[in-house]
Amino acid sequence: MPKTIKLKKGLNINLIGEAEKKLAEIQPQSFAIKPTDFIGTFPRLQVKEGDNVEAGTPLFIDKYREEIVFTSPHSGKVLEIKRGDKRALLEIRLETDSINKQIDFEPANPYSLSREQVTEKLLKSGLWTLIRQRPYNIIAKPNTSPKAIFVSAFDSAPLAPDYDFIVSGKGKDFQTGLDVLKRLTDGKVHLNVSSETKAVEFLQAKNVEINTFSGIHPVGNVGVQIHHIDGINKGEVVWVVKMQDVLTLGYLFNNGVINPEIIVALTGSEVLKTGYIKTIRGGCIKKMVEFNTSNKDLRYISGNVLSGSNIRPDNYIHYYDNQITVIPEGKYSEFLGWALPGFGKFSTSRTFPSFLFPKKKYVLDTNLHGAERAYVMTGKFEEVLPMDILPLQLIKSIIYEDIDLMENLGIYEIEPEDFALLEFVDTSKTNIQSLVRHGLEIMRKEMN
Amino acid sequence: MKSLRNYLDKIKPQFQKGGKYEKLHSTFDAFETFLFVPPHTTHVGSHIRDAIDMKRTMSIVVIALIPALLFGIWNVGHQHFLSHAMDVGFWDKVGFGALKVLPIVVVSYVVGLSIEFAFAQYRGHEVNEGFLVSGMLIPLVLPPDIPLWMVAVATAFAVIIGKEVFGGTGMNILNPALTARAFLFFAYPAFMSGDKVWIAEKADTFSGATPLADAAIATGGSVEFSHSLSDMFWGFIPGSIGETSVVAILIGAVILLVTGVGSWRIMLSVILGTTVAGLLVNLVGSNAYTNVPFYYHFLMGGFAFGTVFMATDPVTAAQTNRGKWWFGFFIGVLVVIVRIFNPAYPEGVMLAILLMNVFAPLIDHYVVESNIKRRLKRAKANTKLQTKVGAV
Repeated sequence: MPKTIKLKKGLNINLIGEAEKKLAEIQPQSFAIKPTDFIGTFPRLQVKEGDNVEAGTPLFIDKYREEIVFTSPHSGKVLEIKRGDKRALLEIRLETDSINKQIDFEPANPYSLSREQVTEKLLKSGLWTLIRQRPYNIIAKPNTSPKAIFVSAFDSAPLAPDYDFIVSGKGKDFQTGLDVLKRLTDGKVHLNVSSETKAVEFLQAKNVEINTFSGIHPVGNVGVQIHHIDGINKGEVVWVVKMQDVLTLGYLFNNGVINPEIIVALTGSEVLKTGYIKTIRGGCIKKMVEFNTSNKDLRYISGNVLSGSNIRPDNYIHYYDNQITVIPEGKYSEFLGWALPGFGKFSTSRTFPSFLFPKKKYVLDTNLHGAERAYVMTGKFEEVLPMDILPLQLIKSIIYEDIDLMENLGIYEIEPEDFALLEFVDTSKTNIQSLVRHGLEIMRKEMN
Repeated sequence: MKSLRNYLDKIKPQFQKGGKYEKLHSTFDAFETFLFVPPHTTHVGSHIRDAIDMKRTMSIVVIALIPALLFGIWNVGHQHFLSHAMDVGFWDKVGFGALKVLPIVVVSYVVGLSIEFAFAQYRGHEVNEGFLVSGMLIPLVLPPDIPLWMVAVATAFAVIIGKEVFGGTGMNILNPALTARAFLFFAYPAFMSGDKVWIAEKADTFSGATPLADAAIATGGSVEFSHSLSDMFWGFIPGSIGETSVVAILIGAVILLVTGVGSWRIMLSVILGTTVAGLLVNLVGSNAYTNVPFYYHFLMGGFAFGTVFMATDPVTAAQTNRGKWWFGFFIGVLVVIVRIFNPAYPEGVMLAILLMNVFAPLIDHYVVESNIKRRLKRAKANTKLQTKVGAV
């Protein structure tokens, strides 16, 4: 077994509201696929309101890559097609059928199929969308072979779901999923596990390179892991798949149908009863959070507190997310707040007493604690970024859109989530993750 | 506090767009955010944020400066009465010192903040907190007898030419407080150097030489200091208002280091630079000054103050961690070189820091280049590997 990669930099934010390790099942009344979850996709609708679909029926395709099909994970009836400004397609909402009618894509052993056949099956079933490429985090380009494929077998973000718990008992699907990935690349499939994992499903996985990581967040981010195993250079492409999505891929090849299920961790200080919930990909969160939160003004997040997205309590979990977090909103103004000792507030700066209680868990709200300023402080970003990247210089190169410099400073290696902690600690309160996305979009357009 | 909040909410519309006092928007905003942390919540990106903000960061530096300020006030009085050979009580010294020092502080803040507010208004920005620190630094690096109008002119020069022309806080190349001092140093040398200025209303018969002056004028084999090493350490010597007491500055340094606001890399590397350069000149030792043991440099003049409060200014220092080591080290070396080998300028700290402020972007440039080279090298190694694999 290769040696453990130890990362010292980063930050664990201890929050109240970790998911209790109990699995419940909630069948949502409706679910939705949001084309906005797929970066760089121009959706062309394949269904209209009132249509009945089966699990595996195409909902829309990508206008510029027609082979990439987005299918329904569950059977149901198209309730509403929601559009935004300039008629941009935002959501396709479907009512969940009580009995799931599934299109049969036929079970198969990935090793008995050619690469083309494996790709074909994934494209047809719509599960190709679970495979994304770095840089840019867009859906992978079919019939190309990436340098390597990476799967992170743990999530280190605040209150993140425990993958050991989720994968438990699903070793077969997981292994088949990895085998599918192995068929798609000439390079290696890397399974990156935490040094603390005990899950045999991960530790005994075959046909993959197992890399062990130890450290604090963002050690579980696949981008950080790639950087330490086989960093992305200019012109190179790697693919990434989330752990639960590997299960879905495996299920397709083992059973021939799409598994609509994902397990979502319901977390956050304002959730009365936390836990793990078996639901449908893109499922409505209403049944999970209704009567299950405090009565404050709340923020509902699909994903984690650092890089998740804001959703309404009757809205839908995002396609790639497997966590719901509910925290209090922080819309209050505090008298001389910057000068008070600030017990109960969390800061990495040691200007607050929080550094004296490293084990304490916090309820943190969405208050910005200040207003946007020019960059003054230096050296803070470096403490939470375990990569050989000069963060402030890269951020500034994005601000003035210097393409060569962005490229030279390693923009291909990062995703907004890798810079989320920088945004958290930033004294100047700038929106660094949006900036990183902006930079990546500039590069993507420039390179195409 | 509710009533204050309500009052602010009531008058707020008048300062917003279309209101009666629209032109004073930034000013209102500065006062409002000073009193109340604004109710801004996160919209995009990370939903939770660190509790730190610029106001708190800057106020930590101001707090760290208070020991030096208080000691400075006392010492201005102490030196004055000492020169007149008068034995007076503690409070008389503090009273005299306060009358000398506080007007300088007030002038510095009033002039500087007025300009800052005007620029923020003109640009439609919020007022940045940077000057809260600069406004305190400027008085502490000036001699106690400086005329108030000079403080005003120097502050205006520093804020406008040193900072705002570059785009304001965060964009400036030179440390504003040192720019103010350098301006006075070259524009009005009579008020900024020599033996007369370092003691407020000094008695003519009293020598009043600072340790740096002692060292600069020394002839023969060794320097005869008019102060003991322990006086230099505790700060019972003439000098700029806030620079004399190494102890008071060390208290500030501890505050900056514990809170993580000041860079330990820079402080440590300045000391290293001075130690190396000091030991080297000790080794060569050709005249009285070169024979002064290297650790005297830590106690003389503005070394401690400059190292702790000026060199560590994050905007004008090197911004990369590796760059900070070089930045500090060269400051340390330059301090010794300017002090010993340049008879025109007995104090080297100000010039060393200003010079390295100018070179900091260059240092960062090389650090950035080395990072880029590492990345290119990795890419190259990778292509080589691939071609090899391909060949097999």
